[in-house]
Amino acid sequence: MTQSDPRFHVPAPHARPGDTPDFSHIEIPPAGEARKPAVDIDGSETRDLALGLVRVLDHNHQAVGEWDPKLDADVLREGLKHMVLTRVYDDRMLKLQRQGKMSFYMKSTGEEAVAVAAAMALDNTDMIFPSYRQQGILFARGRDIVDMMCHCISNSRDNLKGRQLPVHYTWAEGNFFSISGNLTTQFPQAVGYAMACQFKGEKQIAASWIGEGSSAEGDFHGALVLASTYKAPVILNVVNNQWAISTFQGVARGQGNTFAEKGLGYGLASLRIDGNDFLAVYAATQWAAERARAGHGATIIESFTYRADAHSTSDDPSGYRPKAEEEKWPLGDPVERLKQHLIGLGEWDEERHEALEKELNELVIASYKEAESHGTLHDGPLSPTHTIFEDVYVEPDWRLRRQRQDLGV
Amino acid sequence: MAKMNMIQALNSALDNMLEKDPNVVSFGEDAGYFGGVFRVTAGLQEKYGLDRSFDAPINEAAIIAMAIGMGVKGMRPVAEIQFADYIFPGLDQIVSELSRIRYRTAGQFTTPVTIRTPCGGGIRGGQTHSMSPEAFFTQIPGVQVVMPSNPYDAKGLLISAIESDDPVIFFEPKRLYNGPFDGDPGKALETWGKHPKGEVPEEHYSLPIGKAEVVREGNDVSIITYGTLVHVALAAAEREGIDAEIIDLKTLVPYDIETIAKSVNKTGRCIVAQEAPRTSGFGAELAAQIQEECFYALETPIYRIAGWDTPYPHAHEWAYFPGLTRFTTAMREVLEA
Ligand SMILES: Cc1ncc(C[n+]2csc(CCOP(=O)(O)OP(=O)(O)O)c2C)c(N)n1
Repeated sequence: MTQSDPRFHVPAPHARPGDTPDFSHIEIPPAGEARKPAVDIDGSETRDLALGLVRVLDHNHQAVGEWDPKLDADVLREGLKHMVLTRVYDDRMLKLQRQGKMSFYMKSTGEEAVAVAAAMALDNTDMIFPSYRQQGILFARGRDIVDMMCHCISNSRDNLKGRQLPVHYTWAEGNFFSISGNLTTQFPQAVGYAMACQFKGEKQIAASWIGEGSSAEGDFHGALVLASTYKAPVILNVVNNQWAISTFQGVARGQGNTFAEKGLGYGLASLRIDGNDFLAVYAATQWAAERARAGHGATIIESFTYRADAHSTSDDPSGYRPKAEEEKWPLGDPVERLKQHLIGLGEWDEERHEALEKELNELVIASYKEAESHGTLHDGPLSPTHTIFEDVYVEPDWRLRRQRQDLGV
Repeated sequence: MAKMNMIQALNSALDNMLEKDPNVVSFGEDAGYFGGVFRVTAGLQEKYGLDRSFDAPINEAAIIAMAIGMGVKGMRPVAEIQFADYIFPGLDQIVSELSRIRYRTAGQFTTPVTIRTPCGGGIRGGQTHSMSPEAFFTQIPGVQVVMPSNPYDAKGLLISAIESDDPVIFFEPKRLYNGPFDGDPGKALETWGKHPKGEVPEEHYSLPIGKAEVVREGNDVSIITYGTLVHVALAAAEREGIDAEIIDLKTLVPYDIETIAKSVNKTGRCIVAQEAPRTSGFGAELAAQIQEECFYALETPIYRIAGWDTPYPHAHEWAYFPGLTRFTTAMREVLEA
């Protein structure tokens, strides 16, 4: 059999291993160009925003245009700190995974702004239905790092009792729901939760995140139709980091122009934003939250970004995309961009940045030492073995009691 | 003959079928250009073209439905579901559609779909990369259910599945992809290199769906199992020096009652073993049928080895996995009873 032209359309990315990374096809409108409508705008009137790209930081790292959230320098520095911490933590955890300290890990490198800025723009009481790449939310909400690590190394202090894969955090006190290994399942759940907030007359809203690959699932469309039909106070985020494991975003997008555009068919307010721009993510989330809280309904936000590292520790991107493609990403690096913005404002400098990195590195190293004192996956102690029979039901029935006896624990 | 692990054997089956039958196509999430997260479809797109082996969007229901449509039009689609744990969004397409096309159209339409999916634990996959959901599918009249335990069987059965005019759910115990596994996670990883079933012809061959194999002959107790646990059962019998007869079912629907009954009628004692949770598992079906067929030969109650009735835990994976200890305990209890 010889290879011939495909008889139906099969999309392919612009560059594969061995090719020169090529993003020339990506149109980047100038920062500050997008209009910022009133929060009660009819969803169907957001077409330009779904097809454009909300950007605040320009190529000189200055904040421009209507979407500039005009944040205090203190808030910007706090955001920078959470993003640097996310990156330092991810780097450290990857190393530790390579040393066999945990079974699995997933980094969020390059996507720190998507999580951190959104978390900061929301109220801490708003409910988060995350995917596995928004660890930045936990840092922004002040989750204890040692606790996060204890979960990842599945030890005796893991608040999930070793039941979940690493990075599948849950933190009820922080209004951080759970991370399902099954893609997109929580997207429509977030809508239900948001409806319940309204039902109970509370001002709380819900926000959920999925990857662009996951938007192909039926649950994505389920969430959108629910959000639209019931005008639910929810923010539905699609993180378009260009890659779903080895599959480029075109396979999930199809012939559509953008992922945000998919919201228009449902009459939802639909925004496409520069996900590597801390200020754009902050402003868009703030806008959508205000809209939701005021009873004007849901917003879908596509954060346009790039997955700068492997999908997970089980993945090697050199098999499907050009080496160092991330360095060519036309929207740069979110940490570097916020840093330069602060420097430009005269509110930050290289020395302080270096000192911050050093401080956070030391914090992460010290935290790991402490986490390990509560055990590791391989050497224990773990949660007591009998806990595998708990929480299946309120109370174990006769089968589980008997099975626990059989196991002798 | 060549030395192959299970991944290579499955790849070879697909290669043979893509070569032989222009209506065969293979697709799934990450299964095209990259060749699948477990590399089962590696190299096939390059060799056969973009429309013979391709990437699908992340939508299991749509993947299975697309396969159904293609099959109705006379193609022989092989759909990969990345992990058996992720087949459930596609369950409706299997239960209400795939399985009933022949029946509800009185044979006017059929769709010979094969759905391949890696299953089972033992890889520290946590609750969403470890399930053995085969029993769900044995409850669906109209689909065949297959689960091989070694490279040679995997290739021969996958070819039969693709050639079958009935739909097949083809489970691949991923713990066995790179080597046999006797249930002891502490031991160095074994490869298929020295295993006789790691010898696999490069050319096309098929093995019958519905046929079990006695993989160890014995007189004292019959152990009926499939997938990863075949190897655990063998190791346990060796370790205990017990004269156990071990049957590798290979096909769950339709299962080979003749081979099973012959063995149990000979030994008079029976253990059925599955990795999936105990309640309503495939072992329950086997136990019920065996007691009907072999009631008067049975000297002791049929013993069930199974996973616990809990989700598959991550850290305590080995407390969940039915390993050597549970097999040796079972054999002793059954023989002493
Ligand atoms: C229902 C379901 N199908 C398949 C998978 C396997 N899987 C895990 S992550 C992934 C890719 C997801 O890509 P995307 O949504 O773009 O998110 P990203 O990882 O890029 O952040 C796949 C296919 C899964 N976890 N759940």
